[in-house]
Amino acid sequence: MNKDLRAHRNVEEHGTPVLQSSSPSEFPQVECTPCRFRNAIGKYRLRRSDACVACGTCAEVCPYGVHKKKLNKMARPKHYLCTGFECNKCVEACPEQALSLDENPVTKVIGDRRWTPDLLISTWYMAETGQVPPGGVEYKIGDSGGGFDRIRFKFIKEPGEDLDIESFSTRIPLNRLKDGRADVEIGLPVYGGGMSYGSISLNTMVGRARAWQAWDSFTCTGEGGYPQELYPYDDHVITQVATGLFGVREETIQRVKIVEFKYAQGAKPGLGGHLLGDKVTPEVAAMREAVPGSSLFSPFPFHSVYSVEDHKKHIDWIKAMNPKALVSVKVSTPTDVDMVAVGSYYAGAHIIHLDGSYGGTGAAPEIAKKNIAMPIEYAIVKVHNFLKEEGIRDRMTVIASGGVRTAYDVAKAIALGADGVVIGTSEMVALGCIRCKNCESGRGCTRGIATTDPELSQLMELEWATQRLINLFGAWRLQFVEILDRLGMTDIRELVGRTDCLRHLDYEGS
Amino acid sequence: MPKKYHIHTETVAPRFVPVEKGTILDWEAGCLRCFKCVKRKCIYGAYNKRTFDIRQLSDTIDNICRNCLICVQSCPGQIITKTINPEYEQMGDSYWTADIISRQWYQAETGSIPVSGAGYAGPFSGPGFDDMWTDMSEIVRPTRDGIHGREYINTLVSLGRKLASFAFDDQGEPVLDAPAEIEIPIPMIFGTLPFGSLSKDVYLAMAGAAAELETLIEIPAEAWDKDLEQYARYIVPVLSEEQIETHANLIESAQVVEIKDSGKSEGVLKTLRENNPDTMVMIKTALNENCPQRVQVLAEAGADIIHVYADRNGNVDCEDKTWFVKDISRKVHDHLVDLGIRDSVTIISSGGIAMAEHVAKGVICGADAVAVDVPLLLALECRMCLRCERGLSCPVEIENVYPEWGKARIINLIGAWRNQILEVLGAMGLREVRRLRGEVGRAMFFEDLEAQTFGELFGKRIAEPSHGVSE
Repeated sequence: MNKDLRAHRNVEEHGTPVLQSSSPSEFPQVECTPCRFRNAIGKYRLRRSDACVACGTCAEVCPYGVHKKKLNKMARPKHYLCTGFECNKCVEACPEQALSLDENPVTKVIGDRRWTPDLLISTWYMAETGQVPPGGVEYKIGDSGGGFDRIRFKFIKEPGEDLDIESFSTRIPLNRLKDGRADVEIGLPVYGGGMSYGSISLNTMVGRARAWQAWDSFTCTGEGGYPQELYPYDDHVITQVATGLFGVREETIQRVKIVEFKYAQGAKPGLGGHLLGDKVTPEVAAMREAVPGSSLFSPFPFHSVYSVEDHKKHIDWIKAMNPKALVSVKVSTPTDVDMVAVGSYYAGAHIIHLDGSYGGTGAAPEIAKKNIAMPIEYAIVKVHNFLKEEGIRDRMTVIASGGVRTAYDVAKAIALGADGVVIGTSEMVALGCIRCKNCESGRGCTRGIATTDPELSQLMELEWATQRLINLFGAWRLQFVEILDRLGMTDIRELVGRTDCLRHLDYEGS
Repeated sequence: MPKKYHIHTETVAPRFVPVEKGTILDWEAGCLRCFKCVKRKCIYGAYNKRTFDIRQLSDTIDNICRNCLICVQSCPGQIITKTINPEYEQMGDSYWTADIISRQWYQAETGSIPVSGAGYAGPFSGPGFDDMWTDMSEIVRPTRDGIHGREYINTLVSLGRKLASFAFDDQGEPVLDAPAEIEIPIPMIFGTLPFGSLSKDVYLAMAGAAAELETLIEIPAEAWDKDLEQYARYIVPVLSEEQIETHANLIESAQVVEIKDSGKSEGVLKTLRENNPDTMVMIKTALNENCPQRVQVLAEAGADIIHVYADRNGNVDCEDKTWFVKDISRKVHDHLVDLGIRDSVTIISSGGIAMAEHVAKGVICGADAVAVDVPLLLALECRMCLRCERGLSCPVEIENVYPEWGKARIINLIGAWRNQILEVLGAMGLREVRRLRGEVGRAMFFEDLEAQTFGELFGKRIAEPSHGVSE
């Protein structure tokens, strides 16, 4: 655990973590935003037996704010803040031996190899506090055994003390063609992936838009229309044109600074989209100009695109309709992904967005998620190198997505050759997703995130959602700064393609 | 236009409560008797619909629960928790994992493709079939939509020898001495079962399913029963050399017979040909380092089909190391291609076929079709406890299945598998499974991708793919 990140936190009154108020700045404020369910899930569980005499010793020794004395009683311990056996202070200090500590059995049924229980728990922590978690919770890598999870940085120095967070730049430009269109820059090398109205609730959608606006970046509508509620955030919205053309109108194309063509999605490359009838509520149907209750299929591919010339025609169409907008082309990662990227450049795209095979989805056949197309780690390297060889790397923005879970994944993707990344699942987790994988069925997400069910949607408030995401991105930015500092850099753009800063544990010399 | 092949599926409930991954633990001590208990609010109705199965002494709540943990996280008394089901943890082995087993149960019950939300949850890559990915079409190569019926993707394969060329007589008429050929509408046959609490009813269920799917099923000659005669057309009797004489009637009624390769099967083949010129002969030979040469000999001797097999986990023990079925079957395929005789014989491979994706991958690695074995038992609720191998009773009484029930479950499983094969074929832009055979260009292999990308950056790879070992 890195000292410097914690240096920015004040442990106030028995450890309620808050950020030191930084000078009024371009950065949004972190505010403590706890889990919206009564019992937050942590790695450990503390039990207090009847032997407790409410002496308050535990509250005094705990550095993490797990215990609190309220009047003459002990409050329910905040298990999820506990760092477990490596601390164990309260258990040892209790004069009545009333406390016992064990691992939370729930961690055995949440998460998976890519999103380990540790990654879920640490992402929740970041969304609550804007800080990386203390203790031994793994917040950098998952347990997939390959790709990002086996790659490490070759840092040249230890974490510095008292970094001037604001002196580091995490901004990246998106228009590298310099063709007179908008000079869009984003405050973090990250923006939000496409999630449609229909697949997620309105509060999720607007909360994302507000958080990305706060960090001067973008969210994406996905394929499902452009709800009115997003209009105030137009300058931070990417609208998607996908194969079903659901909700695409001239007016929506003209609202935004970036239009994204979705050719394919990493989780189901080569297959169309599918919104099950249950989730097509009257509101969703109206937005998509479809019939309530009937399943909606997006075909694959664009039936108007069967050649590179058709592809160019497509891009020209958008460019003519909105003379300021940048065009992003979202593709998946087939074996010839490098050729696809070059083709998109010559067709006039500003951004090539590669969505690797382990990307998120609201619903996809499991066979597709696992087997079709290549993981993003390979595709970034292939595309970066090929664009360099073609002499056009400087004129194209390469965005990677599909299995980018943590701030460290982002930095690794950039070091492998991407300019920035797109995320999605991490946002869902910040909002309380536990990856139960039932987004697609019945009334949708029981946790009120990926659902349009009127009742379930009420489970999450907009303010809460916005702040959780602001906090998460804040925690990520702290980590970007630390990574840059430890590599002797001050600007995230310096990191692009710096594979010499990486090592792979399965290779010689690591 | 010929009738489009379609597998009709319908839900077939299991006989036993399936083993679920997680289990709800709730107890009464500490219950605050809330006016509005979280248990009433479960949107899946898990607490309302739960029942207690007297025969299995099992609560059904875990089968209804969908793991959203709302109750765990909302109960004011914190008296509900959920954790791993130890029975699930112990199920299967490192190859036939509990996840694979329960996914096949789901397909056998529903006939549906497993679809879920959220991205892929498994390891980056793995041993065996997990070290390859299938390719897709992007932007300009059209894909095929087989699932929603907008395009017909053909999964038919024809078994038998194919002529390499036509010959014509003096009059310019084609002289055809075309060898027998059998068309099966899916690239799968049912293979010999490596274990199982087998009975006549089990074979009736499986043969019935094979007949309805119009594919073939291998059944050992000693398991023959006259009730199976109704399916004789679809049954491939598996014979040892000694059984050829004693089971002449079986050979008579079959389209294909299978003989286990004894190393001198060429002679047996010749005899069979003379006595039963209309019966196709499949020779089952083990995958090993000599297999490509052995297959060449058998092909040149005129075998119609060669069934190359690995053990049930797909392993092939060679002198240098243990290979996986697909690695050696690729060598067999390539060897025959090099000799220019690949189409003179049909190759079926088996061993380790556990999921739909393995069928596609097996075909990419050179087989015309694969033989499915253990999953047929999984369709009948097998839990891979292997008690049967030790002569103990089967916990799900597979021997007592109703043939009609078993048949429907197997049809469901294969129907779901076929739909998944259509998905990957569609994504690859292929309209024919026959085009997929040996088409490694439509696949990406872990080793190659690592070498092309990380190998260039980081030098020599020193580790075998480290499957999930984290720091």
